[in-house]
Amino acid sequence: MVKYILKRTAWAFVTLLAVVTVTFFLMRSIPGDPLAGMARALPEETRNAFMAKYGLDKPLFDQYIIYMKGLLTEFDLGESLRYAGRPVLKTITETSPVSGSFGIPALIIGTLTGIILGIVAALKKNKWPDYVVMFLAILGTTLPVFVLISISQWIFGVKLNGLLPPSGWGTPKHMILPIAVSAFGSVATYARYVKASMLDTLDQDYVLTAKAKGLSQFQIITRHVLRNSLMPAITIFAGSVVGVFTGAFVTERMFAIPGIGFYYISSINNYDYTMILGTTVFYAVLFVVMQLILDIVYTLIDPRIRVGGGKK
Amino acid sequence: MENKEKILEVENLGVSFHTYAGEVKAVRGVSFHVNRGETLAFVGESGCGKTATAKAIMRLWNPPFVEIKSDSSMKYNGEEIMDMDNKQLQSLRGNKISMIFQDPMTSLNPTMTVGKQIMEGLILHQGMDKKQAREAALEMLKMVKIPAPEKNIDSYPHQLSGGMRQRVMIAMALANKPSILIADEPTTALDVTIQAQILDLLQGLKDEMDTAIILVTHDLGVIANFADRVQVMYAGQVVERGTTEEIFKEAKHPYTWALLSSVPALATENKQELYALKGTPPDLLLPLERCPFAARCEYCMGICREKNPAEVSLGETHSVACWLQHPDAPEVQSFYDRRKK
Repeated sequence: MVKYILKRTAWAFVTLLAVVTVTFFLMRSIPGDPLAGMARALPEETRNAFMAKYGLDKPLFDQYIIYMKGLLTEFDLGESLRYAGRPVLKTITETSPVSGSFGIPALIIGTLTGIILGIVAALKKNKWPDYVVMFLAILGTTLPVFVLISISQWIFGVKLNGLLPPSGWGTPKHMILPIAVSAFGSVATYARYVKASMLDTLDQDYVLTAKAKGLSQFQIITRHVLRNSLMPAITIFAGSVVGVFTGAFVTERMFAIPGIGFYYISSINNYDYTMILGTTVFYAVLFVVMQLILDIVYTLIDPRIRVGGGKK
Repeated sequence: MENKEKILEVENLGVSFHTYAGEVKAVRGVSFHVNRGETLAFVGESGCGKTATAKAIMRLWNPPFVEIKSDSSMKYNGEEIMDMDNKQLQSLRGNKISMIFQDPMTSLNPTMTVGKQIMEGLILHQGMDKKQAREAALEMLKMVKIPAPEKNIDSYPHQLSGGMRQRVMIAMALANKPSILIADEPTTALDVTIQAQILDLLQGLKDEMDTAIILVTHDLGVIANFADRVQVMYAGQVVERGTTEEIFKEAKHPYTWALLSSVPALATENKQELYALKGTPPDLLLPLERCPFAARCEYCMGICREKNPAEVSLGETHSVACWLQHPDAPEVQSFYDRRKK
């Protein structure tokens, strides 16, 4: 197991290098530069000074080497091109906890609720609980998040005389709406996945074996069905965790939350090269680590996926 | 058979599947009994109601899609299974009546060690603690001749071969020493050499534990070696029943003849083409007033298309449902006998 993890970590490192390299050159192949948006009246010497300051006047490949050297030797992500004097790493470490502070609780609440609702829907298939859950699930996946946010802000912030603040950040009260809205999406996704895989598992021969053994319905579900139907939910969980930091852009903007989603999107529009690379590295690390954890969790849940060719 | 105690008596069992197309009457008024310690075989082609009958005995079908007709009666040791509530059914299943299934590759939970799966039933029905159950499970694995049982008790199903998994299924089913074991095509999914081993094993354990076996199969070779009595099923009905000898030597129903003729004969000098019964079984969605086999029967008479024949007793154990047994019916020679010459 230790060997497996070491091996996977080595591969994760290679993956990260590839991600950074590809991002670096792709990003630089977009026409334009950091000054493109404001450069109309910029004198030539100012422009050159800017380029020289950030080393953008050197050949592209040299820039790549310099960046990589900084990254690998002292984990230096550079300084933002847009916000002068602000290190990229600092931006990430300051804003990502904000995103996580409402995104992670939302994900946990949403996932657990979704799994429970999915189980209920599967067990009560074609009865009213199933219809209610599936209605919610379809609502949750089809309703755009900005519509949901607007409605919730209108209800709680306006109609209910400001029961909850419609936007802003800082107090626990500010977190309730963002958590609720984000959790709703997770509920919808997980309920659908778990219901489908649960129904699939209930049809398996070994469930009949369990019944023929004399187990009660409850014992059959808890001992033989649940574990075998949670795999798809676990599979999408890695994506969901990363999504907390990348996918919350709209939510963060509409609630005016100073999270990382804003920097992720705006850095691309601003040609803020270092910020693009920095956030990409951050997401890539997050994703690779999540995948590694998942692969380990898989083997705990399903012995058929044990590493090293099924040896113990 | 010296021991004639009836442990299972089934009367007029009806099983219907409720589908979008309508009610499929898969089992239509089947009656039979099982004596303690004997092997009763159900034989017939796919869809004849063998498995439907077998699963109905343990009430394994899920209502409302599958309905066991309320006028059916199934008595285990005199107790009516139809009247049992969930609790009573649970203490019947896996304890007094067990079942093993056709495909050992899919019948075991892939994420639980085989030991735990065997222990489950022991803890449930015998009230053993984990340690005792593990001992007992180990004992069962030895009985079904799993190699290295101490090691394999902690194996997961995917680490075992098909034959080994079926042995585990048998160990699981027999762990509580049930009085009836229902074996639903236990060897169909295994290759031929393994089939023989599994059947030998079942035979040995059956004698040792005095367990009756209901063997569901379409393999007459298995029956010849293994069964005490046979009931031939067609379109959800029993068309002929008797001791194995009676069925193989004195079969009276044209469908039984067809089954017997469909077995390839080894080493015959005059090589003849293998017999194949033409046509398909009747649509079980439709009501069946006439003999269900009439359309495929080469001895079909006028009456066969009008009324379903009642079962006629030909001896203590042998009976058949066929109009040819009517006193007014012509004397016919079975094509099975004809072919044998």
